[in-house]
Amino acid sequence: MNLNYRTLGWRLALICVVTVVFQVAAVSQVEILGAHADLVPLVAASVGLIVGALPGAIFGFAIGMLLDFALVETVGVASLILLAIGYASGRLRELRDPQGAIVPLLVGATATAAAQIGFSLLTFLLGQTVPFGWSLLWELLGTVAFNAAIAIPVYLVIRRCLLAALPEDPRRRRRRAYTTGGLSPLSRS
Amino acid sequence: MYDRTIRRRRLTLAALLACSLLLLTVYFGESNGGALHNVQRGVFSVFAPIQEGASTVLKPARDLFGWFGDTIDAKGRLSELESSNQQLRARAIAGSEALRVNQQLQGLLNLDNAGGLAAAKPVSARVIGRSPTVWYSTVTINQGSDNGIKNGNPVINGDGLVGQVSTVSGNASIVTLLSDGELAVPARVSAGGAQGVAQAGAGGPEDLRLKFIARRYRVDPGAAVVTAGTLSTAPGLQSLYPPGIPIGSVTRVVDPGTDAQKIYLRTYADLQKLEIVQVLTAPINGNRR
Repeated sequence: MNLNYRTLGWRLALICVVTVVFQVAAVSQVEILGAHADLVPLVAASVGLIVGALPGAIFGFAIGMLLDFALVETVGVASLILLAIGYASGRLRELRDPQGAIVPLLVGATATAAAQIGFSLLTFLLGQTVPFGWSLLWELLGTVAFNAAIAIPVYLVIRRCLLAALPEDPRRRRRRAYTTGGLSPLSRS
Repeated sequence: MYDRTIRRRRLTLAALLACSLLLLTVYFGESNGGALHNVQRGVFSVFAPIQEGASTVLKPARDLFGWFGDTIDAKGRLSELESSNQQLRARAIAGSEALRVNQQLQGLLNLDNAGGLAAAKPVSARVIGRSPTVWYSTVTINQGSDNGIKNGNPVINGDGLVGQVSTVSGNASIVTLLSDGELAVPARVSAGGAQGVAQAGAGGPEDLRLKFIARRYRVDPGAAVVTAGTLSTAPGLQSLYPPGIPIGSVTRVVDPGTDAQKIYLRTYADLQKLEIVQVLTAPINGNRR
């Protein structure tokens, strides 16, 4: 894949900063039914899904680090989890290349659940007090539901931001190939 | 070529993983004045003005979405509030009578009103950021050491105690909320005077527990709980919280009158909707009653 690394790098850095500022200053402070959305795992998963495993992992690490520094939380926790999310969603794209319109929603919801459970586990393993209970479960499920609802718009925004740095969409190429009659499975029958 | 790409990818991934684990280990191993903590405070100082600007700019959008959330919440709480409204009305009548008596008593005792919270040099601050996770119960406020705020200063809002300052930079601070299980506040039940410690329990971040209440004290649901202030006469054992700040009310008592009695509180301050808070920067009379 021929990526324009310089343009991609700048755009990813900008997305990283804007996401953290927007999350901390606005999204975290909007609560509906006792839960709120968490853009960070969604954005990390979207980046991995769009640009691949390695840039996804680097982006996840960077955004996690920035989040830890901005919120004065334990450095390394968010970067470790988001690195895994960015890498996993990138590998999904590289190995399976899922094309369905619902893919960002499923990946976003899974990434959010993984991030929430990962945070809980790591926090617990590090000896900090985790408020286990129904309220935590409710907040986890609520966040996953909210994130699932906004996963597709977030994916489209990220894709739009990164489009100039990406090669031509392979899906578009494949569709054009079908119209020539050469590669369509129908033409072979 | 393909092998080299795979090798490079695995190497980068391993390096990032190692870096995360190393940072985690170093962060936990070092003291609060360590290099990584200092870097974190530096980044926080740079980030805080950006966060404050963004918070101001995004306020209308936040309010709009907040309105939707409030509307849904309000519908759910309507019936609950209607029933509590009747009880409150009865209490308000009794309260106004008590207030009249109280005013007379205050005049007799010549209590100094200036010895209230105004003497604690309160610094008003706006909440500009909030941790997105439930297990880090912190908010960021837009005032710091430049305004006299120090680590450990109590933080209040119009409803009562909110938490305690845990990290300070020049222009911003992090406030650990009462919902954080690490925070323990010396507390007193207003009626009866039973003293204990209020702390977030394992049941939920907003479900506070009042611990160490002796069995001889009877605590009823609805009782108000306030900060106890400094109890010890020893000069080195000073409480961080002035006495008499409202914390919350008792919601239920499990196994009352036993050594294992569990007293649950709900905070007066709505910790999910903090906007303006005050930091009490100076203790009054060693925070003694």
